[in-house]
Amino acid sequence: MAVAEEKTSPETSEKSWHGILLQTLKRNDIRLVPYVPDRVLTTLIRNLNADPFFTTFPTAREEEAVGIVSGAWMGGVRGAVLMQTSGFATLANVLASLAVPYQIPLIMFVSERGTLGEFNYGQSLVCRTMRPVLDSLAMEHHTITRLDELEFIVDRSIKQAITTQAPVALILSPLLTGGKVFDK
Amino acid sequence: MNSENPARNTKVMNRFDLTSRLMAKLKNEEAVIGGIGNTNFDLWAAGHRPQNFYMLGSMGLAFPIALGVALAQPERRVFALEGDGSLLMQLGSLSTIATLKPKNLTMVVMDNGIYQITGAQPTPAAAAADLVAIAVASGLTNSSWAADEDDFERLIEQSMSAAGPALIGVRIDDKPGVGTTRRDPVQIRERFMHGIGVRDPL
Repeated sequence: MAVAEEKTSPETSEKSWHGILLQTLKRNDIRLVPYVPDRVLTTLIRNLNADPFFTTFPTAREEEAVGIVSGAWMGGVRGAVLMQTSGFATLANVLASLAVPYQIPLIMFVSERGTLGEFNYGQSLVCRTMRPVLDSLAMEHHTITRLDELEFIVDRSIKQAITTQAPVALILSPLLTGGKVFDK
Repeated sequence: MNSENPARNTKVMNRFDLTSRLMAKLKNEEAVIGGIGNTNFDLWAAGHRPQNFYMLGSMGLAFPIALGVALAQPERRVFALEGDGSLLMQLGSLSTIATLKPKNLTMVVMDNGIYQITGAQPTPAAAAADLVAIAVASGLTNSSWAADEDDFERLIEQSMSAAGPALIGVRIDDKPGVGTTRRDPVQIRERFMHGIGVRDPL
């Protein structure tokens, strides 16, 4: 989250990106939200934890979180996984062997590191693997850059994932979130 | 079992026999998640039931998938069967489960110390580590080795009324699975969802 945004909008604001995201998850009955954290996701994770509608907890690896929400979906509860770019890079095997072939509507939110002001060379390299992996599995994915498009993209993508029983990755661009910059 | 393994007072048992003993105890449409490879092959061979879920990849995720089912359906008992090599890929999941404390989850670790299906190479843990001790140290205090088949059955029954998650380690031989799961992921998933009451058949 950008410093400027932090000063001007209260943390619970429904007009902030994380406020809109939380409300859209709730409206689509997404209750289970395991995550491997990212600095950009801090406020969202805090607000999910504070809301009894959600069951939110950390996992040791992103793959583990994918397994958990896949099991929960088969058991009748909807979930979504939060992660950062480098975490997505650990998922090719589970996407190709669980989410895609078993037709599981896995919903992923990826906070995008590695672009638009990245300061860690490794992050910028691993970021370049993300979209080719998604494309190679013909997975639906969108990069969200604008606050005014956020609700539409998230709401429609969740509904499409569930009705078509296909995973989706929603990439949260620094243009939306402010990203993480060197001087923070 | 690798002969270099530390001395144990636990009997070396058989995966198919233990899986069959577990299946014989299931009377309430309990969910069973079978890990990749021999673990789910023997689950399949022990008698297919719609409440069984068979993994055809994603090594190490039997416990996380079972945790998801257990969280979604707290009134249903969920069993997860996982190999030692698979568990080594997701040791962190033991801590996650210990933290969330689902009281309807029973985990079974089938430990032969080898990657049987790839040519029986020893795991990195075989000669040194104790997976039940790792589980206890991860916060799963209700974890124990089964001394023999009777003890396994006793521990399974005990877990069904336990106040928290239970993990049972079993030493097994180097035999391959008895059957081969039909590799139809969509049908496996759909049948499983019917079996645990989430979906109605078309």
